[in-house]
Amino acid sequence: MSEEFKVEIVNPEKSFLTKDDVSEVVVPAFEGEMGILKDHISIISFLKPGIIKILSKSGDENYYVEDGIVEFKNNNLSILTSTIFNLADMDKSKQQYLLKQAEEEANKTDINDQSKYLADQKVEVLKTLN
Amino acid sequence: MASLDDLKKRITSVKSTQKITKAMKMVAAAKLRRAQESAEKGRPYSEKMNNVILNLSNGISDKENAPKLLSGTGQEKTHLCVVMTSDRGLCGGFNSNIIKKAKSYFAKILDEGKELKIITVGSKGNDQLKRVYGDKIIENISFKESKNANYFDADKVGKMVIEKFEASEFDVCTIFYNQFKNVITQIPQAQQIIPLNNEGEESSSEESYEFEPDEDEILSNLLPKNISTQIFKAMLENSASEQGSRMSAMDNATRNAGEMVDKLTIEYNRSRQAAITKELIEIISGAESL
Repeated sequence: MSEEFKVEIVNPEKSFLTKDDVSEVVVPAFEGEMGILKDHISIISFLKPGIIKILSKSGDENYYVEDGIVEFKNNNLSILTSTIFNLADMDKSKQQYLLKQAEEEANKTDINDQSKYLADQKVEVLKTLN
Repeated sequence: MASLDDLKKRITSVKSTQKITKAMKMVAAAKLRRAQESAEKGRPYSEKMNNVILNLSNGISDKENAPKLLSGTGQEKTHLCVVMTSDRGLCGGFNSNIIKKAKSYFAKILDEGKELKIITVGSKGNDQLKRVYGDKIIENISFKESKNANYFDADKVGKMVIEKFEASEFDVCTIFYNQFKNVITQIPQAQQIIPLNNEGEESSSEESYEFEPDEDEILSNLLPKNISTQIFKAMLENSASEQGSRMSAMDNATRNAGEMVDKLTIEYNRSRQAAITKELIEIISGAESL
């Protein structure tokens, strides 16, 4: 029996990515990173800013996301997100730009704790990329 | 009867109008293809989002303490209506259909003695509504600068709606837009987004999920996103409808102009012939009298 399952990433504009030979996906779930293998129990969770790692036969891929929801059911993993970038396509200037934006957001004083936390997360993740 | 010169002028002017409408039709057709494509591409996201929320709200045990965005504020006193129209005219009945739908809804609400607040998206809707409901319009948004509907804009509207909801400015929120069916048919829609109306829809699976963190927290995170998603969906449908509507309107206009040119040409030829005949008669009768 194969150890592969299907993953689908959609953003509001289009279906971003579909792959059906995935062996493992690591998502930055809100309460910590979560690895998903085949036959995982059905789960719904949401994401914090971080890196999605997709490990598959045809090669590994890394994506940077800022938010989203994951749903895993019947060996189908759906990730809904509004902001996603493939790390392979992301150059330094883009990273710097996002980092700058995130830092600006994190330095705002009039935001609530949760958005502050999310902004801090963004900064942290983007810094590790550089 | 108009003189030959006048007729000639009219024919040229109708012809140039026809040229314009023809060009607009072709532009609309090209844009329609793109808008339709993005409307179709956007569907999986909103469908999936809907599904997840359906699963979540079915799984929620404590209905009393469910997030307000889902269950409502418990009263229906103030209604917020988001009327989504286009920024440009010359698109047939597109805007008037939405406005008509919205107006009948407004009348119903006001009849029931409830309070009404309106947000208009797109300048055409604002133009038409401000005459009658000017004092009810609390916000007017227009995305003239953005070429295509994008999620960023929808998110702005969504955030504004949620902000107002949290400030208890309204209890029920409904969005008005045109659903794109095909090029000639667009159906004006009134969709209630707050509180979320899921009744009658059955979840596709009976399977239970594991939630991390718990349902409430996911829901309260998800629902605001869903608002933006629904608005975005409406924007996509709207832009496809707008182009479709414009295309068929311009097609009609082109055809009508063609008919008019034909009619005028016949009239022109007739009066020219009449003038010639008249001259001939004059010459002949002049020659006979000699």
